[in-house]
Amino acid sequence: MPKVDSSILSNKDKILSDIEKIIDPKNVLSHTDEIRPYETDALAAYKQAPLLVVLPETVKEVSEILKYCNDNKIKIVPRGAGTGLSGGSLPLEDCILLAMGKFNKILELDYENRCVVTQPCVTNLAITQAVQDKGFYYAPDPSSQIACSIGGNVAENSGGVHSLKYGATTNNLLGIEVVLMDGTITRFGGKAMDSEGYDFLGLMTGSEGLLGVITEVTVKILRTPEVVKAALIGFPTIEDAGNCVAEIIAQGCIPAGMEIMDKALTKATNDYSKAGYPTDAEGMMIVEFDGTEHEVNAYIEKVKNIAEKNNSSSLKISKSNDERLKFWAGRKAAFPACGVLAPDYMCMDGSIPRGKLAEVLNEITKLSKKYNLPVANAFHAGDGNLHPLIMFDANDPEELKKCEEFGADILKYCVKVGGALTGEHGVGIEKRELMCEAFNDKDIQQQLTIKVALDPNSLLNPGKVYPILRKCAEEGRVHVHGGKTKFPDIPRF
Amino acid sequence: MSMEEKQNSQTFLDFNQSTFNPSTREEIVEIIKDCYKKNIPLEINGTKSKNKIGRNFQSEKTLSLSKYSGIIEYKPEELYIKVKAGTPVKDIVTELDKNNQQLAFEPIDFGFLFKGSSDAGTIGGVVSSNFAGPRRFKVGSARDHLLGFQGINGKGEIIKSGGTVVKNVTGYDLCKLLSGSFGTLTVLTDLSVKVLPKPENSKTLIINNPHLKKALEYLGIALSSSTDPSGGVFYPEKFDNNFTFNDLTHKGALTAIRIEGPSNSVDERIKRLIKELSLLENEFSILESVQTNIFWNKAKNLEVFSNSKSNLLRIVVPVSETLNVIQKLKTFDVNYFLDWGGSLIWLELEKINLKTLREIKEIAQEHSGYYTIIKVEEDLKASADIFTIDPIKYKISEKIKKSFDPKRIFNPGKMYSGI
Repeated sequence: MPKVDSSILSNKDKILSDIEKIIDPKNVLSHTDEIRPYETDALAAYKQAPLLVVLPETVKEVSEILKYCNDNKIKIVPRGAGTGLSGGSLPLEDCILLAMGKFNKILELDYENRCVVTQPCVTNLAITQAVQDKGFYYAPDPSSQIACSIGGNVAENSGGVHSLKYGATTNNLLGIEVVLMDGTITRFGGKAMDSEGYDFLGLMTGSEGLLGVITEVTVKILRTPEVVKAALIGFPTIEDAGNCVAEIIAQGCIPAGMEIMDKALTKATNDYSKAGYPTDAEGMMIVEFDGTEHEVNAYIEKVKNIAEKNNSSSLKISKSNDERLKFWAGRKAAFPACGVLAPDYMCMDGSIPRGKLAEVLNEITKLSKKYNLPVANAFHAGDGNLHPLIMFDANDPEELKKCEEFGADILKYCVKVGGALTGEHGVGIEKRELMCEAFNDKDIQQQLTIKVALDPNSLLNPGKVYPILRKCAEEGRVHVHGGKTKFPDIPRF
Repeated sequence: MSMEEKQNSQTFLDFNQSTFNPSTREEIVEIIKDCYKKNIPLEINGTKSKNKIGRNFQSEKTLSLSKYSGIIEYKPEELYIKVKAGTPVKDIVTELDKNNQQLAFEPIDFGFLFKGSSDAGTIGGVVSSNFAGPRRFKVGSARDHLLGFQGINGKGEIIKSGGTVVKNVTGYDLCKLLSGSFGTLTVLTDLSVKVLPKPENSKTLIINNPHLKKALEYLGIALSSSTDPSGGVFYPEKFDNNFTFNDLTHKGALTAIRIEGPSNSVDERIKRLIKELSLLENEFSILESVQTNIFWNKAKNLEVFSNSKSNLLRIVVPVSETLNVIQKLKTFDVNYFLDWGGSLIWLELEKINLKTLREIKEIAQEHSGYYTIIKVEEDLKASADIFTIDPIKYKISEKIKKSFDPKRIFNPGKMYSGI
């Protein structure tokens, strides 16, 4: 992490009293006990107490705090719900943690323009809940949607299982209000379908809190689909499952969701949740379609034929919404199911071209033998997002090291086959040192130049995303010990 | 390098010529490096299909990407195509047709507007201008379909961002930033663009109705309904001569709604839509698939303005504002039609002056939108604001411009004076 500025630490009292002039002292936390809950986000392997935690209530306060920090060269780390998996809101010892938790109100439900205007710390799911009685919903659905904040979704460009058909946050966002490091308050986009000039809305989305602090969000809402049906299909080989995916796409079907699990995970999740999975299958697939009755039936019929052509060993179509949810129940319990198998596991988050699934899984099997650690794989086949879960025992330092190396090797392989280091969890500090696998110095330099243009002193969320040392070290992944993540009850990925 | 190659490369690198036509990325890099060193401003273009859009600006040389063309890789099952920036959109569409796929954001063919016949330009131009067709509200615009790029910044450095996969959150999303930047930040060289299957069938419900207010109501209900339309336009009566279709039973103003998908589902949804809109038997017509394609191409390509000598503005506002905006605009002598379910106003004005332009711009801004001048008399072009920007965004834009193109050699002043 960036070098600690000792003058900031020694000036704590002065900074505290200055900040208390800007916002109500009851919203400034400085005592060790008060600060402790903010030491980490959901990448719990990393912990660091900040200098202070401030909880602003208005945009004006956010602006004044940022301006104060900019003028006094104090680092600042923004934080939403703290559910991020890549350490994006990990504090620094000499930083002020800007906790946005009090920005928790939905401001406007605008059905005429089919959008919702909300403060950033409203949860993703709360937006859907606010409009569902009128038959609408907000499409991106990261699995942690009951707890993750919409502002955090914007910062990370969160996806979900429906990204192929409905896009990620960036494709469903109409506008934001944002405060820049110098205290400037501005808006990018609004309620109109797009805006012109440089696409700062697009630039801010997924910038992991490095370019500005989001204080208001406007998102598109869609009409809830009338019918949703899913097929649960078993395959004798992963190759067959992969071919089936390719053919579904080639035949012009765009499923709302399409998931594949390997045998290890199918078995583990079935044991855990009794979902009725075909445990003898080497690859198991859930394909879901939404739309009108006729449309969904037409697609399901098509998929049935394609699956049979690709040697499917079993096939079930959901007959009710309950049955459909049961199909998903096992998949959604992948984390706790792995928790039963091993004391610890790490969840990786790479993206790969759909057609490379069999090749990448073969490589992961090889690596699993090489490192002598078991692994189970879940794959968002619709959008190419692969989540290998590596099982290990963190009490054995040797195994932890092996696991980290194993994870880094997987991500490097994802990049090698034309994929990406991270599909939806973000780079944060977790994958920072792997950035040079995906980008060369010139690419990274260009991105850093943008950062400097908006934050010349590099005070806003420093040390995240971009490698400090140009050396690819392997660091930890999402690490779960004994089922204890920061929020163990939240479904993940 | 062989003798022949050397000669070739010397030919194009002759800095006395005013237009460079490189065919390799290396050549482009060399040209830009040289221009950076010598402070030579460049006009960047492809086949110039849209070069009338944007401000006039001074450039010493022109860098044309029209020879940097060709499909690098097309993976139908991975839903992307990777192409060189100078590739004609027409070639891409032809290639995608073979696999029954398409560029779902419907790039606008500005040829009809500027020269009276089709000229869809290059994919680099489509991305750089980021204009989207009628499917905008459902699938987004070019910026939502650019998965990754390689390009060259103002210092002559090759940079890249994104990739070929739809889910990628590695680093800043420069694909978005460069879409719609009109070649002022980076010379795009290679683009990976998302492609999608063509719908199996499509039909259009055309409602015979002369009133804007009612049309906006129809469009509002349709776009909020589970019938999931993929297009919604309103043409006032003035344009009725442009639409002659076998299945179109009425003359006069029309509201059109497109429904796409598997055949039986399209019929089911059209039927439902008619019910939801409480339409009487004599109030509507339904266009079959072939006529539907012709209709929406006409809408997308602004064919009603084909060969028009008039000025054309593009105004985008939240749909709740459209009615008020149009009422205010009617005080000027205007023709218009609505796309994007009412959110996009294409405005034609025969006579125009700086005062009118300023007033129209203010109307757009007052109603939370913006305007762009697409076509305007040459003598006004120098002094009018072509794009809308506020002082804060101007300041940020200046900084971003500097971070990509520190010496302002790429299309300087094309979007805003000083950027």
